[in-house]
Amino acid sequence: MSEVLHVEGLRIEARGAPILDGIELSLQKGKVLGLIGESGAGKSTLGLAAIGYLKAGCAVTAGRVRLLGQDLGQQSPEALRALRRQRISYVAQSAAAAFNPFWRLERQVTELAVTPDRRALARDLFARLHLPEPEVFGRRYPHQVSGGQLQRAMIAMALANRPELVVFDEPTTALDVTTQVEVLAQIRQVVAEQGCAALYITHDLAVVAQMADDILVLRHGRMVEQGAVRQVVEAPRTDYARALVAHRSGSAPPEAAESAPLLAAEGLELGYGRKVIVQEVSLAVPRGQVLAIVGESGSGKTTVARALAGLIAPRAGSVRLEGRALAPLVEGRSAEDRRRLQFIHQLPDVALNPRHSLHEIIGRPLTLFHGLSGAALQTRLAALMADVELPVALLDRVPGALSGGQKQRVCIARALAAEPDLLICDEITSALDPLVEDGILALLQRLMQTRSLGIVFITHNLGLTRRFAHRVAVMERGRIVEEGATGSVFDAPAQPYTRRLLAAAPQMRAGWLTEAIGSLRPL
Amino acid sequence: MSRFSRYLMARIAASVLAIVAVSMIVFIGTALLPGDAAQAILGQEATPQALEELRNQLGLHLPLWQRYLVWVMAALQGDFGVSFSSGRPVIDLILPRLANSLILAGAGAAVTVPLAVGLGILSALYRDRWPDRAIGTISMLLLSLPTFLTGYLLIKIFAVELGWFPALSMVRRSTDLMGWVRALTLPVIALTFVASAHTMRLTRTAIVAILSSDYVMMAEIKGLSPARVILRHALPNALSPVISIAMLTFAYMIVGVVVIEVVFSYAGLGKLIIDAVGYRDLPMVAACGVVFSVVFVSLNLAADVLAMLANPRLRLAA
Amino acid sequence: MTRATLSAVLLAVLVLVALTAPWIAPHPPSSVVTGAFADPSAQAWLGGDSIGRDLFSRTLFGLRHTLGIALAVTVGAALLGITLALVAAIRRGWLDLLLGRLVDTLMAVPQIIFALMVLAVLGVSLPTLIGTMIVLETTLFFRVLRPAAGDVAAMDYLEVARLRGEGLAWTLRREVLPVLMPTVLAEIGIRFAFAALFISSLSFLGAGIQPPDADLGGLVRENALAITVGKLAPLVPAFVIALIAIAVNGVVDGFVRRHAIRPELLP
Repeated sequence: MSEVLHVEGLRIEARGAPILDGIELSLQKGKVLGLIGESGAGKSTLGLAAIGYLKAGCAVTAGRVRLLGQDLGQQSPEALRALRRQRISYVAQSAAAAFNPFWRLERQVTELAVTPDRRALARDLFARLHLPEPEVFGRRYPHQVSGGQLQRAMIAMALANRPELVVFDEPTTALDVTTQVEVLAQIRQVVAEQGCAALYITHDLAVVAQMADDILVLRHGRMVEQGAVRQVVEAPRTDYARALVAHRSGSAPPEAAESAPLLAAEGLELGYGRKVIVQEVSLAVPRGQVLAIVGESGSGKTTVARALAGLIAPRAGSVRLEGRALAPLVEGRSAEDRRRLQFIHQLPDVALNPRHSLHEIIGRPLTLFHGLSGAALQTRLAALMADVELPVALLDRVPGALSGGQKQRVCIARALAAEPDLLICDEITSALDPLVEDGILALLQRLMQTRSLGIVFITHNLGLTRRFAHRVAVMERGRIVEEGATGSVFDAPAQPYTRRLLAAAPQMRAGWLTEAIGSLRPL
Repeated sequence: MSRFSRYLMARIAASVLAIVAVSMIVFIGTALLPGDAAQAILGQEATPQALEELRNQLGLHLPLWQRYLVWVMAALQGDFGVSFSSGRPVIDLILPRLANSLILAGAGAAVTVPLAVGLGILSALYRDRWPDRAIGTISMLLLSLPTFLTGYLLIKIFAVELGWFPALSMVRRSTDLMGWVRALTLPVIALTFVASAHTMRLTRTAIVAILSSDYVMMAEIKGLSPARVILRHALPNALSPVISIAMLTFAYMIVGVVVIEVVFSYAGLGKLIIDAVGYRDLPMVAACGVVFSVVFVSLNLAADVLAMLANPRLRLAA
Repeated sequence: MTRATLSAVLLAVLVLVALTAPWIAPHPPSSVVTGAFADPSAQAWLGGDSIGRDLFSRTLFGLRHTLGIALAVTVGAALLGITLALVAAIRRGWLDLLLGRLVDTLMAVPQIIFALMVLAVLGVSLPTLIGTMIVLETTLFFRVLRPAAGDVAAMDYLEVARLRGEGLAWTLRREVLPVLMPTVLAEIGIRFAFAALFISSLSFLGAGIQPPDADLGGLVRENALAITVGKLAPLVPAFVIALIAIAVNGVVDGFVRRHAIRPELLP
């Protein structure tokens, strides 16, 4: 039997609302099927349903799933459990959450193994996944190893019972881009070695283009497009798939023009006690242009952004706004300076007070900085809502009623209410779905032009930087290693670190993963 | 030095600091009173010379901080001074009473912890279903009953009406084991009523958190049987919070015994301190207060330390 | 009718009775109207107490005293505890550390022991009673509200306020307090119930309200003899205490708890 998984007309509901509807797919032995979609599309639910597990509150209301020749709807709970134990595996998104903190790794990884010699099995698996010191790695506890290592340990755990189907649920989403490449390569390798079938769930089209043979695009629980990976990526048939592909494709970076800097930082050094987090950072942002600061976690990019905003005081160096020095801490800056420089946080859920209405949130800076009230206030509020493309009716609502993208637009409106000259954006789209992110970036571009704003944009996403930023500064371990116009830096990177970063960013073209591993391996 | 040893030392230091602070406050409080110890000991008819002599003897003429140090040094050797009301050394009176209270609290904990933890686990396993709601309502009612109400009701029903147990729980050195059991039964039940609701809620919260964790879901996805998921994955992680809760229950009992001992006339430390307060017997009050604090702080410390030992994330460095 | 609504009604009734006690009590609380430990009669609905006063009237006044003290203590401790928790969480620094140490020290002593010791030294009077209980309750308020306020302090919207140049008072009042309000209200309810139980225990032990006045706990103490020989009427004051706690806990559970920020900290 070479058909591992067959899904027919599947409909799953939770509390009366449909999560999945009309799902049809077929997966053959040895093949990888990529499930792609934005958050809320139902990918995880489908991945779990395919192996006979439904989250609390979910029920199958139509259709069926045939797994390894067995109709899952007809099986007893014990039979389903036996199936999951012996013939399939699941790799979760967060290894830190999936491992039991109480037991050592070896014990958990080999929990489902059939061989009596667990130690040898663990050692073999850890070696195959290139984990350090495979003989003793298993003796550690989950909290004692790094995120990337833990993710690989989870893959080892998934292979321990020699499964015929493995479901990968966004396994690399939480990892740094350079770690991600390693893990992706290993997944592909072990899947090929094992000869099992795989379901690969992700929201990143470039990743799935490297890992899968076929793609299924999900949106709001329904199938939008399906087909061989090359065909979907190179010639998408539906608008939604086209938008996803466009999001991932490169487009020419904006032209960087020389002009007097709106914001300039010189020789910034940041740290506390004896620890130095950032040193010798100098940068400049002109009006109407975007400076992107890119780096991986721990590079110090967020720290720099916070220093520019005045949230932390630098130990050395200065920050100037149109030539005039700014006080190191925001408490020391004049109201005028505070108004001209606005900061937007990464997570809108945490940046908006859940008990305030939008009216209060956006209205406060209008009252504070411009002394507006009454009818004048109302008019400005309406204008701002229009600027960020949100309906005025939302002004009476609280943030809890809004979607992620809408909340971030509210944060932008709040920043604009001050009539700033400069926006500092700290990874403001990292938590958003790709198409929502496109919308926010387009909005920022428009506002930048109409209001002549300068933007400092912190991000770890190189693709985004290429599409959006005029200039880029690459940070590694607290220093700027390379800086310049986006076009020049990305086309001809001078520094090895920049080259590595660029090489590690997933791309859709065939064979990219093999190349990337080749160029990154001598690490 | 391992992470654990560092943590242990920090906690012990904090506990010692707390006890020192309490002892200072207690001492200063008793020392600053109008009407001094000499007067209280010798009574109203004492001559000025006798008073003066006794004052010097007691060291009352020394500066406050010296008196405190003298008191601490003596206390560390077991000498808490002399009781105002009986004239005997405080330590002689305290030790047997302390033992009695610890026995009562220990017996209470031994009954309450298994019962309440069991009910807490049951509530968590069946959360939001009828067992959980029933246990929740009953525990809410129990939490609201004042301790003395429970005690007197038990006396009324089981001692006065049914005559199964004595109304007053008098124990002496001569009491045999059966005598102890008969004397302790009603007080222990009263203690259990009071503390079990509290312990049950804490346990339920801890277990619910574990049951909704991702690693338990992962164990289910792996296809492990429900029994194995609970026994191998959920329960081991419950060890740390449950141990902590058990020790805290014991600590809570030490406090609860005060009222229970009065209701049942049980010869424990609680009754001693109440009587001492009534007589304004300050050395006794101070000593009892410090002893209670030491026991209480030690139990809290033990709770923290044991909980840490049972949790690999806290025991071992990353 | 849900449990929460019933509790609210019960609480309202208790408060009403306490407020109107001077007018609705059949007899003045200190008048002797029947024999010592007399059985319930038309004259005295719950019978006589240890010297023949009307137990029913004394119970009504006892409720008044218990609720009055619990209210005074809770209001004082709430104002103090909330302010300290908020300032400590936002400002951090030495104040936070100092308060933390202070709270740890106070928590090292079992509350009832602390109260007994202080009252033994300072003497039992209404001001010292209320003062001691306010100190204890403030500590408990702080223990719950400081971590909750700390959670709010970590929220980015406070940083946004800081970037705007908002002062401490505005931030606490407009940003922090609204978010903390459910937790604060729940804690106020719980502290009130606890204060009622605590003052009753102290009075029962003889360290609370002194005769001839009596709160509910004191009434139990005065008539303990009757209880030990089996009379039930003297236990009615004790049942009233339980009713107070049940009513308040029911209201807290029903209306407020579900919105609290750190529900696991509420006992």
